[in-house]
Amino acid sequence: MNTQAQKIVVVGNGMVGHHFVDEMAKHAGYEITVLSAEDRLAYDRVHLSEYFSGKTADDLAMTTPAYYNEIGVKFFTNAKVTHIDKAKKVVTTEAGKTYAYDKLVMATGSYPFVPPIPGKERDHCLVYRTIQDLEDIQASAKTGKVGVVVGGGLLGLEAANALKELGLETHVVEFAPQLMGVQLDKDGGALLRSMIEGIGVQVHTQKATSEIVDGEECVHRMNFADGSHLETDVILFSAGIRPYDNLAREFDLALGERGGIVIDNYCKSSDESIYAIGECALWNNFIFGLVAPGYTMAKVTADNIIGGEQQFTGADMSTKLKLMGIDVGSIGDAHARTQGCKSYVYSNQPDQIYKKIVVSANGKELLGAVLVGDTSEYDALLQYALNGIELPENPDGLILPSSGEKPTLGVDALPNTATICSCLNVTKGDIIAALDCGAIDVGEVKSSTKAGSGCGGCAALLKKVTDHELAKRGVEISTDLCEHFAYSRVELFHIVQAQQIKTFDLLIEKHGSGLGCEICKPATASILASVWNDYILKPDHVSLQDTNDVFLGNMQKDGTYSVVPRMPGGEVTPDKLIVIGEVAKEYNLYTKVTGGQRIDLFGARVDQLPAIWKRLIDAGMETGHAYGKSLRTVKSCVGSTWCRYGQQDSMAMAIFLEDRYKGLRSPHKIKFAVSGCTRECAEAQSKDIGIIATENGWNLYVSGNGGMKPRHGDLFAIDLDDQTLVKYIDRYLMFYVRTADRLTRTSVWLENLEGGLAYMEKIVKDDHLGINAELENQMQNVVDTYQCEWKTTIESEDQLKRFRQFVNSDTVDNNIEFVTERDQIRPAQGEEKKYGVQIQAVDLTSA
Amino acid sequence: MTIENSWQTICPTTDLIKNSGVCALLANEEQVALFQIGNDKIYAVSNFDPFGKANVLYRGLIGETKGEVYVASPLLKQRFYLNSGACLDDDAFAIKTYQTRVTDGKLEIFG
Repeated sequence: MNTQAQKIVVVGNGMVGHHFVDEMAKHAGYEITVLSAEDRLAYDRVHLSEYFSGKTADDLAMTTPAYYNEIGVKFFTNAKVTHIDKAKKVVTTEAGKTYAYDKLVMATGSYPFVPPIPGKERDHCLVYRTIQDLEDIQASAKTGKVGVVVGGGLLGLEAANALKELGLETHVVEFAPQLMGVQLDKDGGALLRSMIEGIGVQVHTQKATSEIVDGEECVHRMNFADGSHLETDVILFSAGIRPYDNLAREFDLALGERGGIVIDNYCKSSDESIYAIGECALWNNFIFGLVAPGYTMAKVTADNIIGGEQQFTGADMSTKLKLMGIDVGSIGDAHARTQGCKSYVYSNQPDQIYKKIVVSANGKELLGAVLVGDTSEYDALLQYALNGIELPENPDGLILPSSGEKPTLGVDALPNTATICSCLNVTKGDIIAALDCGAIDVGEVKSSTKAGSGCGGCAALLKKVTDHELAKRGVEISTDLCEHFAYSRVELFHIVQAQQIKTFDLLIEKHGSGLGCEICKPATASILASVWNDYILKPDHVSLQDTNDVFLGNMQKDGTYSVVPRMPGGEVTPDKLIVIGEVAKEYNLYTKVTGGQRIDLFGARVDQLPAIWKRLIDAGMETGHAYGKSLRTVKSCVGSTWCRYGQQDSMAMAIFLEDRYKGLRSPHKIKFAVSGCTRECAEAQSKDIGIIATENGWNLYVSGNGGMKPRHGDLFAIDLDDQTLVKYIDRYLMFYVRTADRLTRTSVWLENLEGGLAYMEKIVKDDHLGINAELENQMQNVVDTYQCEWKTTIESEDQLKRFRQFVNSDTVDNNIEFVTERDQIRPAQGEEKKYGVQIQAVDLTSA
Repeated sequence: MTIENSWQTICPTTDLIKNSGVCALLANEEQVALFQIGNDKIYAVSNFDPFGKANVLYRGLIGETKGEVYVASPLLKQRFYLNSGACLDDDAFAIKTYQTRVTDGKLEIFG
């Protein structure tokens, strides 16, 4: 029997159950079986709200059947366990199947608590917990106009955000006198409330719902104990969680007074062979409703099963998050309950910032903190609190605006036990170990420690620690652009500007070596264009440009190009649309509407491009720069001119901005969007520059991204008038153009920028560096010297000569062949080609 | 039908673009990418990108590493030395190279 694998049965496959499987599967000699009552495997509940912002169930999935197969884990969905035989060590599912175990791990999680209010079971009374719940909420929201969340805690506010995003008039009803009573103190809660109300969510505190009955104008009427009432179509209950412990209750495992499977420091229940982890487990009379402690329990359990000695000794419940664009942070003893403790408070009503730190009686230790409106100090404060690092003499300096010297916590001061990534519980020591094992940069540290793969909030700190440790080892982190220039892009930008350098030849002669390469040439071309804005195909510049810029089109896989005329804000007259259609028809181009609200014509040969563009330009169109590292589009909704919800003329603003910034060469492409109201139809929060109309003006979001690594833009400023909006964008963009590395989008640039968003706010809003006038002038110069590159090109005989496939023949490339699919062309592939490939590569291996 | 290799007159050297490329069609329909580096050095290599399988190499950027000149494909950026045709990024690939000469201001290719 000794040789047989130990049988581990896991009940439940939520985030924590899955994490346990991952941990356990690292060890050989165990047969793992997962029984899940749900119909899908584990998914990410922490980012559940992103389901409404476009993520699919697949995006949220944390594992797949294929992965479990690969690591040799047996799993059964729709397999609800209904019986545990502790003596025989066997569990039975609803379907009557039995599974024997040596160790049983309960990871059954929790369910949302619905207060016993008469009427709570009416239609459109829902909870917010699973993907199924979200689907129900979405369906209900379609039929209603008003939504109420019962519960003003962290989850309740996330649910409120979801209702708001679904376009409902949103209310939050809270029994307590303040929002987020667990994490925030009274004043922090009050500021959060006013900010949330400022973005249109109505908050009702100290309201006890006594019943839900038929409404007059809406589906429901909620009657409150104080005699008031509220009408609504949808109700979401978010009044806390309760552990799923019914199995344990029925089969006699010890439970807490208010539920929860009692566990010891090894995560063992009252039965020697049964463990409980995550939100169904009660440790020290406490249920941890966060994922990180659950992960720790999973790790401890796996370790205990293999005979290890790890223990679970509680967890830090500090949290930092963004609720409806508002930064909120809470650390440790936020309510200053520790005996003898003292608090420091910074409150800035005009800028809507509230910060408090709680320190020990002797003033040496940080016990807790509350941050609302600005969480830029969160990481440093958390490290002070978690590691008992001695506070500076004047701890209030940690939260005061940095007019003078701000005490900073260097990463060097962190002990090796300091937790850097709390989701995956990676310490500074783990990072050092990864470097010892050969990791050479942040990317490799991430993949070997998994740090940063949870909420991602530690990215900046992780990079700082890694870089610092590398520097300590004498590893120089080279910022050289390439072998020809011992300068970073930023430094080259300064050189070009300061020394008035206008050509690559001069730059490499004076400041570089060799002939240049495919890295430094386009980077220099981009810098020269940003600073001087010359025609990019001047003889001095043409050999520096990527092929897309040389032929002013996007090269496709077969060597043909796409043609995209500019359509500011997605607006186009029927006449122009007809010309585009005629051109597409005449040249037989594949035609598709792009994500940037314009039209892309594919399959143009290089020799056809000038004639195509002449037609478009004669019809009043111009280049769309779809090929450039430059402004692409400003996406827009129709706004207040047509839409009954529109707050401002988003269309006019989008067109103005697209005309202003078109042609701006930058380190990477730039996308804008302008939405006419908070419904956000233009998806501005996923753009480098996003603008959302408010009743009073414009809210500006910065450094959002769709694409490879989606990122919601950060709310940068609110209720701006037109002039201030443009000034802010001028400054923000030009600072990005000056300081970003090559091929770095604004999202990554901002995340890597020391000081981050707060620093950019200081620069743009307070002229912290005293360069705003310069940034604006530089942008104005780009605006004033704009030219349509295609117009300049077709007017030049010399330029047109380049648009021939052959210098010695007027024939065309016969390797470009098309076939028809869905009534349009597409490139012929493989055997579809009639002429086939004329020239084969030399095969060196047989030579 | 095979065509004997011979010197073929392509174009006046003034049709070349300094530090950049143009393309020529040979009698046997082979496409040749022509690069003028600096004021007088001329290279001729196959125009066919064996990775992207398209006739595009003449539109690639010219680079230099440790004194050797290469072209980077505009499709997926693989680099090929202009003097040998060897690929810097994958030993298993190389592109054909051609001899060139200039006669009376006209570029000729042997191919």
